[in-house]
Amino acid sequence: MDPGLLALAFERPAIDWHAVAPEIVLLSMGCLITLLDIVFLDRIRPYTAALAGLGLLATTIPILTLAVDGTDRVLFGGAYVVDDFALVMKVVFLLAGYLVVLMSTNYVAEGDYWENEYYGLLLASVMGMVMMASSRDLISVFVALELLSIPAYLMVAWRKRDPRSNEAGLKYYLMGVFASAVMLYGMSLLFGVSGTTLLAGIGEAVGSDAGSVAAVTLGIVFVVAGFGFKVSAAPFHTWAPDVYEGAPTPVTAFLSVASKTAGFVALLALVFVGFYGRADVWEPLVWVLSAASMTVGNLVALRQTNMVRLMAYSGVAQTGFMIAPLAVAGHSVATGDQALSATVTYLAIYAAMNLGAFAVVITLARRTGSAEISSYAGAFHYAPGLTLAMTAFLFSLAGIPPLGGWFAKFEVFRVLATAGEPWGYVLAVVAAVNSVIALFYYAAIARRMWAEDVPDGDLSPVSVTPSLVSALALCGIVTLAFGVAPQAVARFTNVSLLALGG
Amino acid sequence: MLLNQFLLLSAVLFAIGVYGVLARRNGVLVLMSIELILNAVNINLVSFAAFREAVPGEVFALFVVAVAAAEVGVGLAMVLLLYRNRRNIDLTEIDLMRG
Repeated sequence: MDPGLLALAFERPAIDWHAVAPEIVLLSMGCLITLLDIVFLDRIRPYTAALAGLGLLATTIPILTLAVDGTDRVLFGGAYVVDDFALVMKVVFLLAGYLVVLMSTNYVAEGDYWENEYYGLLLASVMGMVMMASSRDLISVFVALELLSIPAYLMVAWRKRDPRSNEAGLKYYLMGVFASAVMLYGMSLLFGVSGTTLLAGIGEAVGSDAGSVAAVTLGIVFVVAGFGFKVSAAPFHTWAPDVYEGAPTPVTAFLSVASKTAGFVALLALVFVGFYGRADVWEPLVWVLSAASMTVGNLVALRQTNMVRLMAYSGVAQTGFMIAPLAVAGHSVATGDQALSATVTYLAIYAAMNLGAFAVVITLARRTGSAEISSYAGAFHYAPGLTLAMTAFLFSLAGIPPLGGWFAKFEVFRVLATAGEPWGYVLAVVAAVNSVIALFYYAAIARRMWAEDVPDGDLSPVSVTPSLVSALALCGIVTLAFGVAPQAVARFTNVSLLALGG
Repeated sequence: MLLNQFLLLSAVLFAIGVYGVLARRNGVLVLMSIELILNAVNINLVSFAAFREAVPGEVFALFVVAVAAAEVGVGLAMVLLLYRNRRNIDLTEIDLMRG
C-alpha cells in the first residue's frame, strides 16, 4: 500500500455540522430512549412515546434552519448531499414517523408487550430514512437501506407469541434480505463498470460509451428490481398483503407509508443521478412495473374482505401511480424534472391520506377488534366523525377533488400526457382505467359505513384516545389543504436532482 | 489480471444462492443461500476493486460483511422465534395468511 493512502486514512473529513444536525438530534434521541429504558425499566414506560414524538419533532427544527439557509451542502466528497429534495423528503419521513408514534401510543401500551424498544427501533428506522434522503453513494444508500429495514423486520414480528406476527416477520425478513442481496449484486456490477461508488461518478460512466455494456444493463435491472420490492411494486409485491395483515397495525401504517417512501427516494436518486444516461433500460422496466402494479393491485383489491389486506393491494396500485412519471422521465431534462416533482408530490400527499386511513382502521379496531370490512357496516350510526374522516381519506386515495389525492393524480397524468412519448399516452390510459376501478372498492367501503345497519345493533361509541384524535386531525387537515391549495405543496415539491447529477 | 475467472465464480455463487432461496424449505438453509449471494457480491466488489485499483470497492465489501452480520443476527432470532412457537422451521408450512 502506498504511504499516501495511509496518511489520507487518518485525516478526518471536514464535516458540516449544521448539515448533519437533524441526524445527530434523531440519533441522540434514539440512544436516550434506549438508555432510559435500561436505567429506569418500566418506570419510564408512560413517557417513551411522548419522548419519541418529541425527538421526531425536534429533528424538524434543524431541517427548517437548513431550508431557510437554502444552500445545497455536499459532504464526504459527494456521498452525502443536503439539497431541497433531501430536505423535503426528510420532513415527510419525520412527520410520518410522528404520526405513527401517535397511532402506536395506546396500541402498543395495550398490546401487553414491552414497549420501550419499540420506539427505539422506530427512531432507528426513521434515522435510516432520513439518511436515505441525503445518500448519493452506493455505500450510503446500502447502509441507509439496511438501517431502515432491520428495525422494521423486528417491528413486524413485534407480537412475539402471535404466530401470525411471527409469520409476517419471517416473510418480510426473507423477502427483504433476498431483495437487498440481489440489489447488492447489481450495485457490485455498476461499481465494476464505473470504478466508483459515487452516484454522480456512476452517472458519468453510465452516460458515456462504457455504459452500453451488458453489465450496466444487468446492474440497473437488479437494482431497480431490488427497490421494486421495497416499494411493493408488482410483481415484487407478494409479501405485502401477508406482512401488512400479520404486523401490528401501526407498524403496517409505517411500512405502507414511510418504508415505501424511502424505497422511492432511493430509486429516484439512483435513477436521476446514477442511471439517467441509460433511459433505454430503466424506462421500459419502470413502465412494466407501473402498469402491472396498477392493474394487479386494483383487480385483486376488488375482492378483498379484510381492510388491511385491501389497503395492501391499494398500496400496490398507488405505487403504480407514483412510479408512472418515471416511465417517461428520460425523454428530456425538463420532463425529468417534472416527473421527479410529480412523484415527490404524490409521495407527500399519499403519506397524509394513507396514514389517515390507517388511523381510522386502528381507531375502529379498538371497538370491533377486527379489520374485516363487514365489521365496518353502519359505522356512521355510532361514529359519524370517524366515518366522515374515512370517507375523506378513501375518496382522496381514489383521487376525487377537492381532496389532496386529485392533485397527486393530476400531476402524474400531466407528466405522462405532456412528455410526448407514445408509451406515455398508453400508460396514461392504463392509469385512467385503473382510477375508475379503484373508485369501486374505495366507494364500496364508504357506502357500507354510511348506508348499512350495524350488524348486532350495538350502538356503543368508539373510545378514541387523544393521540389518535391528533393523528386523525393532522392527516385530515393536510389531506384537505393539499387538495384545496395545491400550489402550496407544489412549491415545496418543485425539486430537481438532474442539475446536480448532470 | 484474471478478472473473468473471479466474475465467473461470483456469477456461479449468485446463481446457486438464488436457486437455494427459491428451492429450499428450511429457514436456516434459505439464510445460508442468502449468505452465498452476499459472498458473490463481495467477490465481485473486491476483484473489481483490485482490477481497477479503486479503494471504495474494498470499503463497500467491508460494509456488506458488517451489515450482513447484523442481518443474520435478526434472521436467526426470527427463525428461533418461529421454532419456539411451532417446533418446526419448514417454510412451506407458514401459511396462516392467504389471499
